[in-house]
Amino acid sequence: MAAKKTERLLNLVICLLATRRFLTVQQIREAVPGYDADNEEAFRRMFERDKEELRDLGIPLETGSNSHWDDEVGYRIARRDYQLPEITLEPDEAAALGLAARLWQSAPLAGATGSALLKLRAAGIETPESATGLEPRIGATEPAFEACLAGAVTGRRLRFDYRTSGRPGPEARHVEPWGVVSRHGRWYLVGHDLMREATRVFRLSRIVGAVTPEGPAGAVAKPEGQDLRALVIRTAGDAPRTTARVRVRVGSCWELRRAATSVGADGDGWEIVELGYSDPGRFADRVAGYGADAVVLAPDEARDAVVRRLQALAETGADLEPAR
Amino acid sequence: MSTPEQLPRLLALVPYLLKRPGIAFATAAADFGVSEERLRKDLNLLWLCGLPGHYPGDLIEIDFEGDTITLSDPQGVDRPLRLTVDEALALVVALRTLAETPGLADPEPVLRALAKVEEAAGAAAAPADRVAVALEGGGSVLPVVRDALERKKVLRLLYWTAGRDETTEREVDPVRLVVVDGQSYLEAWCRRAEGVRIFHLGRVQELQVLDEDAAPPEGLPSRDLSQGLFQPTDGDTVVTFALEPGAAWVSDFYPCDTVDDLGDGRQVVTLRTRGTAWIRRLALSLGASGRVLEPPELAAQVREDARVALSAYSSR
Repeated sequence: MAAKKTERLLNLVICLLATRRFLTVQQIREAVPGYDADNEEAFRRMFERDKEELRDLGIPLETGSNSHWDDEVGYRIARRDYQLPEITLEPDEAAALGLAARLWQSAPLAGATGSALLKLRAAGIETPESATGLEPRIGATEPAFEACLAGAVTGRRLRFDYRTSGRPGPEARHVEPWGVVSRHGRWYLVGHDLMREATRVFRLSRIVGAVTPEGPAGAVAKPEGQDLRALVIRTAGDAPRTTARVRVRVGSCWELRRAATSVGADGDGWEIVELGYSDPGRFADRVAGYGADAVVLAPDEARDAVVRRLQALAETGADLEPAR
Repeated sequence: MSTPEQLPRLLALVPYLLKRPGIAFATAAADFGVSEERLRKDLNLLWLCGLPGHYPGDLIEIDFEGDTITLSDPQGVDRPLRLTVDEALALVVALRTLAETPGLADPEPVLRALAKVEEAAGAAAAPADRVAVALEGGGSVLPVVRDALERKKVLRLLYWTAGRDETTEREVDPVRLVVVDGQSYLEAWCRRAEGVRIFHLGRVQELQVLDEDAAPPEGLPSRDLSQGLFQPTDGDTVVTFALEPGAAWVSDFYPCDTVDDLGDGRQVVTLRTRGTAWIRRLALSLGASGRVLEPPELAAQVREDARVALSAYSSR
C-alpha cells in the first residue's frame, strides 16, 4: 500500500518535472498511474493529499494556466526551483563539512543534517569520516527546543509558561521570537516580550509545558543589527563592572587567578589578586566556595555578600546539628 | 518504511546512483543508512517509475551486475532536490560554529565550505541567522591538543582539579577531543592515575606536546558521553540539598537523581558524587539559599568550613 503510494508520488514528480505546460488535474489523472479512474470524488481527495505531501517535502509545486483564455488551473514543477544547484567541494572543504555534520546530536537538527547530507552525496560530494578523534557535539534536550526553533525560523509569535527565579509559580509569556542561542550547553530563546514590552532572553529549561504558536507565520522579523549571542551574553551578566581585591592562599583558587588582572605577593603563603566582576552576589558565589583560602578585601559590597553567605551557614546551621 | 521517508530517499537515490556507476550495494546502503534489503526494495520500486506512458525507454533503468548497481535514464530526476530551510540551517549553523570556535578546525576550509553551501541553498539559508551557538574552545589550549591528537603524540599538562583546588603535572596519551554542553574536553590515558581521565580544557594551565608517540593501552572501553560527563557508580555518596528559589539553577546545572518541588519555587534535590570536596564548595557558595540536609556529616563539615572562613573576616 505504502509502496504503491510512493510509486504514484514519484511518477507524479517525474511527470510534472517533464512538462513545460501546466497540466490540469484531468491530464494528471490520465498520465500518472495509480489514480482512481472511476470515482471522481476519491481521485480529487487523493490528489489534494498528494499535493500536500510534495509541498511538505519542499517540492515547489507551481500553479497557473497556459493562457489568458484558459481559466482552468494547472500544475508543473520548474526544474530551476526544484533542483539543487551544482556544488563541488575540495577535499579539505568536504572534511570540514563532515566534521560540522557531526555537531548536532539530537532532533530535529540531527535529522535535518542527515537528509541534507543525502542530497549533497546525491550531488556527488563525498564526506569522509573524521579520523582525528575530534567530536564537537551540541545537544538540545530541552522539550521546548523544537517549538522555539520553529517559531524563530517561521517568524511566528509564541506563548508559553515560564518559571522565574524568586517567583512562586510559572507565568504566561507572549513572545515575538528572534532566535535561539546555545551557550555553555544551554539553549535560550531571544525575543520581544509583548507583555513587558522589552527584549527578553528565556532559558528553555525554564519553560513549563507546551510552547504554542500564535498568529500567522512571517509576522515576526528579527530587527536589523540585533546580535543574538551578544544579547544572551549581556543577560548572563558577564561583562565586568567593578574590580575586587581578594587575598588568596598560594597554590589555590586557580580559577580566580586565571581571571585576575594582577597578582601580587602578600606575606608568607598569600597573594592578592585583582579581578573584575559584574554582580556582587554572583561574585560572592564564586569566591565563597574557596572557603578559608580566599578572603575578599574590597569592595565592601562583595565582602559583605561573602560574609552573609558564610554566616548563614555557620550560625543558623546550629539547629540542624545532628543528634549524637 | 512508509512514504514520508521513502520518497525523499528515492529522489536522492536516483542522482546518487547516476553519479556513481557500478557502485557496490553495501556502499550505497551504508551511505543512505538503510539495510541492503531495504535498498533492494527501493530499487525494485524505482524501475517501475518513469515518464507518462511508461513505454520502454520512459522508465528508470537499473542494471545489477554481481554486487554492483548502475543506473541510467534518470527520467528527469537527475539532480537532488534543493535543501529545505531546516536542512540548510543545520549545515550552515554547524559550519559557522566551527568557523567561530578558535582552534576547533582550520577556519579557512570551513569558511570556503560554508560559502558554497550557502550559495547552493539560496534563500533557504536565510533563516540560519536565527540560530547561534557559542562554544568554549579553551583558547590557546585547543590547537595544541588538536595537534597532539593529529600527530598522535604524548601531552604534558599542568592541570587544575576544581574539586580539590589543586594543580598537578601529568603526562597523558590523548584519545579524543569532545565538546559536551558547549565545553571542550580531552579524553586521555593519564599515566599518573593509570586510567582514562577527562580533562576540561578550560582548566589546563600549561601544556606541551612531547616528542613521544602516544600509546594509550589497547581495548579501552569507548565511553558514551552523550548523556553528560558524569556517570554514576555504586560507590557514590548521595547528597540531599534544600534549595531556595534563588538556587533553582542547581537542578538545571547538575544532573540530579530526584527533584521535588515544594511549591513557591523551593526544591529538595538529591545528587550523586564520587568525592565530596566540590559539594562542600558548592554549599559554601550557595550560603543560605542551598542547604545540605544529608548526609549529616557533610552538613556538619560545611558548617565548620564556613566558621573557619568567617574567622578570616572577623580578625581584620
